[in-house]
Amino acid sequence: MSTNNPVIGVLALQGDVREHLIALAAADALARPVRRAEELAEVDALVIPGGESTTMSKLALLFGVMDPLRERVAAGMPVYGTCAGMIMLADKILDGRDDQETVGGIDMTVRRNAFGRQNESFESAIPFQGLGDEPVNGVFIRAPWVESVGEGVQVLAEVPAADGPDSRIVAVRQGNLLATSFHPELTGDHRVHAYFVAMVENAH
Amino acid sequence: MSTTPITADQPQIGTARVKRGMAEQLKGGVIMDVVNAEQAKIAEDAGAVAVMALERVPADIRKDGGVARMSDPNMIEEIIAAVSIPVMAKSRIGHFVEAQVLQSLGVDYIDESEVLTPADEVNHSDKWAFTTPFVCGATNLGEALRRIAEGAAMIRSKGEAGTGNVVEAVRHLRQIKNEIAKLRGFDNNELYAAAKELRAPYELVKEVAELGKLPVVLFSAGGVATPADAALMRQLGAEGVFVGSGIFKSGDPAKRAAAIVKATTFYDDPKIIADASRNLGEAMVGINCDTLPETERYANRGW
Repeated sequence: MSTNNPVIGVLALQGDVREHLIALAAADALARPVRRAEELAEVDALVIPGGESTTMSKLALLFGVMDPLRERVAAGMPVYGTCAGMIMLADKILDGRDDQETVGGIDMTVRRNAFGRQNESFESAIPFQGLGDEPVNGVFIRAPWVESVGEGVQVLAEVPAADGPDSRIVAVRQGNLLATSFHPELTGDHRVHAYFVAMVENAH
Repeated sequence: MSTTPITADQPQIGTARVKRGMAEQLKGGVIMDVVNAEQAKIAEDAGAVAVMALERVPADIRKDGGVARMSDPNMIEEIIAAVSIPVMAKSRIGHFVEAQVLQSLGVDYIDESEVLTPADEVNHSDKWAFTTPFVCGATNLGEALRRIAEGAAMIRSKGEAGTGNVVEAVRHLRQIKNEIAKLRGFDNNELYAAAKELRAPYELVKEVAELGKLPVVLFSAGGVATPADAALMRQLGAEGVFVGSGIFKSGDPAKRAAAIVKATTFYDDPKIIADASRNLGEAMVGINCDTLPETERYANRGW
């Protein structure tokens, strides 16, 4: 691991890896795909992309990436998860498969597919704490939401709940871990990735 | 809990970004044909990123003959209830009412598929009219771009489904890839004539020339029967793989399904593909495509 230019991996077991690599490059980071434990050992930070969380979790276990990833997270490696990646970073999940394991690390409970099926998938402008007045375009695809967070978890974005006065948490940060229910990598607006790259540089 | 002010716009559903973005999430994965809830569970257990719900797999459609139509809504709903991963279902080409029904059932993607008997010999469905995204088959770039112009949010090859033979899917992927590479070399003057030749809208042709890829996700479909087949399609540029009859017409579906998932992720690692290929039991028997009469070639359906 070099000290000057941190290398950010994108977990490439399944999902929209290419879009994250492009977004990270646009945010001036060195990025490369990671599928194996050896490749994980060579990066300073990681993005867990959107995809199918059950598939990703299964492949991570099968190919011996899950435990090394948990160790790195425990050791303070910065990780950013979008959608399925948010599920992977949750200490607890609801509506997952019974045997579905996560990496964990963020003290939160995430409900899988909480916003509904594809017909309910949506995009909407959402204010994002720390990114100024200009809202981000939140693209939510069969997206999860954060049902509850523990102390020490910072809520960065919420959307109004469709069925009541409450709002739903859709972006959080705890220490070096960042998670969003939505997909900034699909929008061409790289501010969330730049926010993560800054986190990585500060942790370095 | 924080007090982030909520000033969100009205959320928009069914946008092109949301439809195409859904397919982006399936990349690197395997979508498996299933005919009942039990098979859907096996597919999910094996690591499928989505399932395609249909009454008969293509191998049986070929055997049984007759008109192949949209599946029974009951059967689609049972599969939706059985798994937590996305569920796709097929409508006949041009049968927009079947598509309306599938949308009302809440399927996550509609495959306007040549595997079913076409309902319209001139027109495909207007896919912009739907909230549910569509995937369509294509044998070449022009066909892919015509489908995208009609609103398709994902493209797949039109390899001969139900044959267990990848030769046609290989042909389609190579064709699409070669035509894209050719466009890359064209200057602006040449793109107008290229659009005319491809019988596709100029704006899409120009977009492909600039991107060097389709503006939507490209999967392989048709004829994949082994882990090596799946890896071959990925090395040829497919971003993921549909597997139809290849899994549930084989000797040990659960094992074969898991093996194809592994080979699709590690498509460039022959050692992992070798391990995945061991002791899978019998593959589906397969049909040689050059012995298929023209009338039984599904790739000829769609225009």
